[in-house]
Amino acid sequence: MNIIVCAKQVIDISEMKVDPSTKKPILQGVPFKISDIDKNAMETAITIKEKNGGKITALTVSSDAKERIKELLAMGADEGIIVNPPDKYDYHVVSMLLAEAIKKIGEYDIVLCGEASIDMFSGQIGPRLAGILNIPQIAYAQSVNAEKDKVTCEKNMGDKAITTESTYPVLITVTKEINEPRLPSLMQILGAANKAINEWTADSLIKDIKPFVETIELKGVPMERKNIVYKDDIDESINQLVESLTKEGVLR
Amino acid sequence: MRLELTDQQKMIQKMVREFAEKEIAPVAAELDQKEEYPTKILEKMSKLGFLGTIIPAEYGGAGLDNISYTIVVEEISKKCASTGVITSVHNSLVSWPIMKYGTEDQKKKYLPLLASGKKIGAFAGTEPNAGSDLGAMQTNAVIKGNKYIINGDKTFITSGSNAGIIIVFAVTDKKAGSKGISAFIVENDMKGFKVGSIYEKLGINASGTSELIFENMEVPKENLLGKEGDGFKIALSTLDGGRIGIAAQAVGIGQAALDESIEYSKQRQQFGRPIAKFQAIQWMIADIATRLEASRYLVYKAAYQKDKGERISKEAAMAKLFASETAMDAVIKAVQIHGGYGYTKEYLVERLFRDAKITEIYEGTSEVQRLVISSSLLS
Repeated sequence: MNIIVCAKQVIDISEMKVDPSTKKPILQGVPFKISDIDKNAMETAITIKEKNGGKITALTVSSDAKERIKELLAMGADEGIIVNPPDKYDYHVVSMLLAEAIKKIGEYDIVLCGEASIDMFSGQIGPRLAGILNIPQIAYAQSVNAEKDKVTCEKNMGDKAITTESTYPVLITVTKEINEPRLPSLMQILGAANKAINEWTADSLIKDIKPFVETIELKGVPMERKNIVYKDDIDESINQLVESLTKEGVLR
Repeated sequence: MRLELTDQQKMIQKMVREFAEKEIAPVAAELDQKEEYPTKILEKMSKLGFLGTIIPAEYGGAGLDNISYTIVVEEISKKCASTGVITSVHNSLVSWPIMKYGTEDQKKKYLPLLASGKKIGAFAGTEPNAGSDLGAMQTNAVIKGNKYIINGDKTFITSGSNAGIIIVFAVTDKKAGSKGISAFIVENDMKGFKVGSIYEKLGINASGTSELIFENMEVPKENLLGKEGDGFKIALSTLDGGRIGIAAQAVGIGQAALDESIEYSKQRQQFGRPIAKFQAIQWMIADIATRLEASRYLVYKAAYQKDKGERISKEAAMAKLFASETAMDAVIKAVQIHGGYGYTKEYLVERLFRDAKITEIYEGTSEVQRLVISSSLLS
């Protein structure tokens, strides 16, 4: 069974700060990582391979992503492919490039994605990719059971789960709850150094692809505290606090 | 000269950090409180290769360099100093001497057991009357047929209560002084091996530190490590490597103290602002961070030289001396920064305070380190 895992390199948003005067995010020195839910997709791929055999290819559209792809190789991917993006790109460009890369890889049974990336969280890439490749998709899978001729997933629909089946090839996006991504062992980290990473340019896949969406500015949302201290008469303070909280809509 | 970890070392650091955060941090306080040996954590660690970090791949280990090894020990010690010292002893005081001085048969028999974590290692040198003065040991080994018969007591043995493979030092020739000491690979199921009392200690409460008693213990002749009389030399060169591990453990404890102090001082409000806004706190944080950075580079340098196969007695002693005294300084400041809360068991710095002290004592006290450093300069 050939599985392709699409993974995104993102900044570690827990380490990101926002400049209080300009409201711009300070990105300098913030470490990169593989988007968490894409690691869940990787873990799903490994479990499928453990049961059915096959090959896992980790694919990303990103510049300077070699070290991150090595993490996926250490976890259990057999091969890595990095597509260097053009200067400007949006969901359209990334999904088109991923689709062309997948076509170039050739035979595949399952394409796995995280339901969304942890930085932008738009959740568009998986469904777009299925559309471009013209294959069935199962989104928000909270369980995946891959058998010889079909795959069965439970789709998380919030208050209920829908069991869905598909033939191959299929695109599946997984949720964070589907599993706990494994840590690679020291031996696997050493082994990752010997696995192949291929780098393709965007141009070699699609000539002159242009984005539809232009990012003009990135701004952090300031979360300011009110810093109100109630300290005098305790009964009156309680009343004032309840009144304020009601006014803010916290209490109803 | 390049003062930077390799990409692979960074990846290892990230992985161990994630492991320690997820698997060790949530249970460390409880293990400390219950004085419980971290058996489950060690099982998980063995699956990731931490117990065979420096053991060559042909014997089931990861065969990594010593800098990677110090990274493993530092990251684990940040969350649990007891698990940190168990890892250090297992790798550098038990696996290493077998790698270095063992026969091919000994390596084939014991290294895979250690690398897979099926057996935990311990190092039995110290005795009630032979600590810094290791040469004064009284445990003795007498050859009888194809066996050595060993009698004596060993004290303060890390993992003593749980180890399966123990490097034991004993006198084989009373008249020869330190040249009459020999090293043996002992298994805990050998006849005459007994675990004595488990010590109640100030810190590293989960380390299973115990007394070992040998009563006519029968050790096969082929379990002699190196030659008869090589024991003292083996002990000293092994401890050189061990000290790098303890120095890394101390850096881990110190780093945890720094991390906790930074977080706490930013959120603790006094006089209408976070205490991090006060210079008294800022200076303490700056001092801890600076000394820690220096400690870490001393550790890396000693590890680097060990990888090159150089003699590292002085460098390992410097790293251990400076890192352990830095750790102690860091935890004193960290508790001070935390004020009354830092004195309670609810806050991590209380445990760090208790755990740091031992790094100035075991595997050579600070005084012994100064002796090693000065004698290498003055001889």
